[in-house]
Parts: sequence; C-alpha cells; structure tokens
Amino acid sequence: MLPYLRLGPLLLQTPGLAILVGLWLGMTAAEKEAKRTHLNPAHIYNFLLVGLLSGIVGARLAYASQYLSIYLENPLSLFALNLNTLAPFEGFLIGLAAAGLYLARRKLPLRPVLDTLTPGLAIFFVALGVSHILSGQAYGMETQVPWSIFLWGEYRHPTQFYETLAALLILVVIWLRPLRSPGAGLNFLLFVSLTALARIFTEAFRADSSIIGDFRSAQVAGLVILALSLLLLHRWMKSPTPYVPESVVTEEDPPPGETDSPDRGPSLQDSVERNL
Amino acid sequence: MVFFLAAAWTYASRVDPAAFTGGERPPNPRKGFSAPDFTLSTLDGSEVTLSDLRGQVVVVNFWASWCLPCRVEMPAIEQVHRAYKDLGLVILAVNMTSGDSRQDAASFVDEYGLTFSIPLDLDGLVSSKYEVRGLPTTYFIDTEGVIQEVVVGGPMSEALVQSKVEDLLRKEE
Repeated sequence: MLPYLRLGPLLLQTPGLAILVGLWLGMTAAEKEAKRTHLNPAHIYNFLLVGLLSGIVGARLAYASQYLSIYLENPLSLFALNLNTLAPFEGFLIGLAAAGLYLARRKLPLRPVLDTLTPGLAIFFVALGVSHILSGQAYGMETQVPWSIFLWGEYRHPTQFYETLAALLILVVIWLRPLRSPGAGLNFLLFVSLTALARIFTEAFRADSSIIGDFRSAQVAGLVILALSLLLLHRWMKSPTPYVPESVVTEEDPPPGETDSPDRGPSLQDSVERNL
Repeated sequence: MVFFLAAAWTYASRVDPAAFTGGERPPNPRKGFSAPDFTLSTLDGSEVTLSDLRGQVVVVNFWASWCLPCRVEMPAIEQVHRAYKDLGLVILAVNMTSGDSRQDAASFVDEYGLTFSIPLDLDGLVSSKYEVRGLPTTYFIDTEGVIQEVVVGGPMSEALVQSKVEDLLRKEE
C-alpha cells in the first residue's frame, strides 16, 4: 500500500491519482467507442463532462445542504478544495440526472450511448481497484489463507486484489464483446451484470461492509442490480433497437452498410438470433 | 441460474451484526480503527493522555509553525473550539516539535491566540505512530476513541471542521 508519494515539497495522494487516470482513460475509451457505435465522439465527451462536473458540484451542494447553517455562515467554504466535504452518493445521482438531461436535450439514443460508455466504465473500475490497493481501503477480513496480506495489524484477505482482478477480467470480456451487436445496449448490460456478480462475490471477504439485518448491504444491492440487468438483457435481446440511429450519424461516419470495418461485427438481428 | 447462485452466496456469507461491528478494532491511524494512544507534555507544562479523553469528541491536529496551510487553518480550528468546547469537544493540536522549535510553537500560539491544548511531540514518536506524512494532518475521533475521519493536507475550511465535529457530537446524542 502506497497512499502517498512525496515529490519534493509535494505530497501526492496516489489513490486519487489512480482515480483521475482511470477517469481520463475511461473518457478516452468512450470517445473511441463512439466511432464503433456511430455516435458523435464530441457529444459523448460533453455528455461525460456534464455528468462529471454536475456530479462534483452536486456532491458539494448536497453536503452543504446537510449543514446549511454552517455553510450560510461560511459560504466561501463551498469552493474549498477538499474531498472530505462531498456527499458522493447524492453527487452520483445528480450527475446521472444531469447527464440524462443532456442525453434528452441532444436526443441521443440511450442504448448506443450505454454501449459507448461501457469500455470506459470497465477501465474506471480497474482504476478504482488500483486506488484501493494503493490506499488499503476496502480491506478484507482476517484469514490464514496462504495468499493473505499483512494489513492494518492483521493477516487479511487481499480484497483489493480480488476486486482489481475481477475488474480486469470483466474488462477483457467487455473488450471481446461476446454479445456483438454494438449499439444495442447488450454490452452495457453484460458489464453491469458481471460487475454486480463480482461485487457479490468479493464483498463476502470484506471486513468493512455495512450491514442490513444479517446481510451485507452491498451484496443485497448487487443482487437487485443483477436481477434487473439480467431481466433487461433478456428483454433487450428480444427487442433490439436499429443498428445505427440515423439522427446521430456524423458527417465523417459512413452510413451503415457502406463500411466493411472489422469492428462492426454481424448485423444485430443475426447476432441476437444466434445469442438466443 | 446465475442469479440463484449469487443469492445462495449472499446467504452463505451473511454475518452476525454484533460480532461483525462490535468489539474494539486494533489501534491504527485510519478511519474505522481505534486511535493509537499517546501521552505528551503540553506547551503549558501539563500532560495529556488521549485515552483519558474517552467519552469526549477529540480532534487531533498535527502542525508546525513553519507550515503555511497550518497557519491558514488554525484560526478556523480555534473558532470551532470556542463554539463547541462546552458541548464536549477537545482539540489537541500536536506540535511536531522534533521538526520545529518550542519557541516558535509558543510564538505561533500567542500570535493566533489559541486556547486549546498544545501537546509537544518532542521526539517525533507520536507523529510516527500516526504515520503523519504531510502537514497539517487531522484526525476526528468519536467518544469511543474510534477515528471517524482523517484529513491529510490543508488548509481545512471552518465549515469542514465544524461539520465533522457536529457529526460526531450528534452521534454521541
């Protein structure tokens, strides 16, 4: 674990750095994927930027709203460069809502956008695992297994490594696009299902789980997400969307059917029939 | 099939909440662990032991007089101390005397009119125990002696200090 890196007078927080690198790589991957799904990369970049910035601003405002009298007395604290005064879950919801509004305003088609984001999301989850390796957060329960690591005064399950390994495997699967049909939203649902499954599995070894009754809340949430994504996957495979939404084809992109790019894969109908 | 396997795994890995969250975590300078204990002499010549402060919300702030962000955030800490000391807040602003000097620390305290306790880490053992890698570093400790928040670097805004302290005081209620 290497949570800090000193560079002269600067003390770099390496977990944060891993997250930033993950965001950058993820956004770059999404822009590249946009070409495959025949979306305008600039729209995808803006979509992500709107979601990200709204999420950060929303997380700070949501935190401030919980301590309204304090922030009314010190309004300049709203602009403090400190991650400790963010409400991450609320920020996530606000970012999602803002990105959704951008999607609707630009009339971007949902399923191709979701597929476009998928490789970037998979990369980001690897970066998140790396950030946990660096910080030592998301730590495991005490164990005597031969691959245990000595952390925080005990021999523990190396849950950070389990998590990163699972994210890497998911990235490989997503990269191979086993369900084909780019733009139909299937790759995204596959990613969500696999990520939920991985979390349900690795959470069992965590020592810092929050608990609902006798159950770990992340596992319960994972089960709900897994059920929903599998149901949706079943439904979307039965009712595929058109391969390329005409309204978003860019001038540089060749119209569907006029390219023999190896990335394109077979037509949606063919692949859906094969998968079913 | 996959879903039922996942549900079975979830059921198999359920926990006893009392055993899982109960009991004292080993001392470690991290969120969720017991704050490592220390005894230090203070600038005014008395002695302070962290474990004696169980039952009170404690903020341990590591600082030095030459550290610019420490200078910027100290008035905010003082403001919060004045506002919450009667509600059970204790602030221990540990001066890293091993890399500072007692005289400079005393001038700093006079300059900012600090009214809280200033323990002196003369040999650097406490900052080493707390794995302090940069200044300022602040630990927010609840009434059970468990670290609930760590802020590395600064300056902290008054709103940050106040909101974290309010959280811990609310939890005590």
